[in-house]
Amino acid sequence: MRSLVLWFPDWPVTALHRQRGAEGVEEMDAAPLAIVHANTVVACSAGARAEGVRRGQRRRDAQGRCPRLEVVPADDDRDAREFSPVVSRIEQLAPGVQIIRPGLCALRAQGPARFYGGEMEAACEILDVLAESEELPGARAAVADGPFTAEQAARTTTADKPVRIVPERAAAAFLAPLPVTTLQDDGLAHLLSRLGVHTLGAFAALDADLVRDRFGPAGQRLHELAGGADSRPVQPRTPPPELDREVAFEPAVEAAEQVAFGMRIAADEFIAGLGATDLVCTELRVELTGDRGERSDRVWLHPRSFDAASVIDRVRWQLAEDAQNRVLRSGVTLVRLHPEAVDAASAHRPAIFGSGPDERVHHALSRVQAMLGHRGVLTPAVGGGRWLTERQVLVPWGDRGDRAVATERARPWPGSLPPPAPATVFPQPQPVDVVSQTGLVVEVDDRGELSAPPARLTEAGRWREIVSWAGPWTVDERGWDAARARRAHRFQVVDAEQNAWLLVCEGGRWAAEARYD
Amino acid sequence: MSAGAATAQEISLLRAQLERVQGRRLGAAVLPTLPSLASLLPGGGLRAGAAYTVAPSASLLLALLARPSQEGSWCGVVGMPELGAEAAEQLGVDLSRVVLIPDPGARWLAVTATVADVLPVVAVRPGGRVTPGDVARLSARLRDRGGVLLVQGVWPQAEASIAVDASEWTGVGDGHGFLQRRVLTVSVTSRRQAVPRRARLVLPDETGGLSAVPTAAPVPMRAVG
Repeated sequence: MRSLVLWFPDWPVTALHRQRGAEGVEEMDAAPLAIVHANTVVACSAGARAEGVRRGQRRRDAQGRCPRLEVVPADDDRDAREFSPVVSRIEQLAPGVQIIRPGLCALRAQGPARFYGGEMEAACEILDVLAESEELPGARAAVADGPFTAEQAARTTTADKPVRIVPERAAAAFLAPLPVTTLQDDGLAHLLSRLGVHTLGAFAALDADLVRDRFGPAGQRLHELAGGADSRPVQPRTPPPELDREVAFEPAVEAAEQVAFGMRIAADEFIAGLGATDLVCTELRVELTGDRGERSDRVWLHPRSFDAASVIDRVRWQLAEDAQNRVLRSGVTLVRLHPEAVDAASAHRPAIFGSGPDERVHHALSRVQAMLGHRGVLTPAVGGGRWLTERQVLVPWGDRGDRAVATERARPWPGSLPPPAPATVFPQPQPVDVVSQTGLVVEVDDRGELSAPPARLTEAGRWREIVSWAGPWTVDERGWDAARARRAHRFQVVDAEQNAWLLVCEGGRWAAEARYD
Repeated sequence: MSAGAATAQEISLLRAQLERVQGRRLGAAVLPTLPSLASLLPGGGLRAGAAYTVAPSASLLLALLARPSQEGSWCGVVGMPELGAEAAEQLGVDLSRVVLIPDPGARWLAVTATVADVLPVVAVRPGGRVTPGDVARLSARLRDRGGVLLVQGVWPQAEASIAVDASEWTGVGDGHGFLQRRVLTVSVTSRRQAVPRRARLVLPDETGGLSAVPTAAPVPMRAVG
């Protein structure tokens, strides 16, 4: 079976560049970069190779050769994720692609060869299209009997001559001089070399029955491969179903309600498309593109699964949020829905009996959320920090709470307040005035000394006598970070009506952080 | 029996009849509260389907929410953006059962009605005036669902009103110490009891919780002479 193999050398490096959205292939290849797994280099860029970095090197050796080497940990998910659109593009040129691993794929050569008028022409055409439309200039191709021989042939190509054709029934002769390590079976290669068998040709010359007796079915398969008789055909993948939905608005639409209305059919189709494959969406990515090319991208969670109405809600909330944060400053031209995480629909069927009170609570709160917006309904949690607003973590209903909150809280936080905690914490500190007996504003100097004892507190235009007070307690935070550094003095004050206040004096200005009521 | 006592008895009899006409269940379920508050409230707890007005003291409100949330009832808080989560936790409120709707704006009444449908306890600070019709509709819904409404503000036809008469902080001096405890005199006025009930509570105490005022043991008098 004639097979065409496409090989993308150093795919992990290419995948990293594609993920970073780098522009200019030459530039990114020139920068020395190595992908490292278990302290061993698994792939490196052309720039790193010029400095002497090689595959299989230890990381320390590679860094010794090239001190400015950028070391990136290997990520199989990234490789596979970035390879998937490339495979989709190849499938448009020639159907039936088998992904052997990210960066290497095989397809049957017969069809493309007939369509493009020859194996050489087919391979060249595919490489040309990939180089132009996907910006993958370094790809190599080979055609041979069976994917194994074609892969080995692809590895012998060079950048100048990226295509190699091994003629029919010439596979054995092509493979014969290659070392036994190309079979990628360390145990077998080691044993064979001790037996004096160093090349695939010599291994293929051994008697097939004896090989089967000694090495079993796996050895027999490798023996066939070495002889150029690759019995396994290309097994094309089933292309994944198209679950994304896009709605383009022409001309651009400004009003959120109009966008939401325009999304209704698409949202129904989106949910129905998932339902057709027995899936439900639990995480949804909404991408909005504005008229001036600005993009907004966000992942929304759902505690159970999205239905069409909740999809439209998320689009509307995202529009409202973007309008507030000035991310989207023009009308919307394109909305794209993408299921970020899906689950089997069988796990999300509503029960006939006893779906529980929590179900009803969720429905009612989702309705309120649809009325007021995503941050309209919140669940509280206690986090870490010295300031009360930092310690108060509010998570929108339905979102997953941040797991870091508990660990943040467990830290010591010297300088935080002793219990009891104030029951009223102002989200924004309320400006107040604190004056001494003589009517002058009380100030705190650098040593933490008060100019005069506080005697009167004016809050919201009302003044009260201060009967007792404590402080100042200086909070001096993040002195190493000029942008986030903060130095303030805290006071606890009780007024004549026996209301207790937590006041903050920062830079000569007084504010009420909280009230004990 | 004096004439005054006879009148009082007649009034309570008429009240009971009125309640029967209004469709209130006399033996309605009662949501448990912390013991020191339970002794103050008519019926020994928060009556399901009733509305209560609460003084503008956030810790008093949180203390009322503490026990129901511990028992697994969902509690909603509408229109109070500045509620302290840490104080709530110190008072014993189970935060995983609390839902905040901080800024409902002009639609606070609709939001409250929606939430009161499913949450057993709803605390609300009214964002505007209410008409008697709105009150009647919401009350009917509460009675139907058996929810409790705690209102921080004015509410007609409240089952009881919980007020703070006096408070006194200890722990802070003149430039030294820190706030430790507050002794609060709470009074509950209700149509069900002729005389307001009063109690002194420590809210919050040294750990931020609620406790009863320790009664000083009477000093035995020494015989003189």
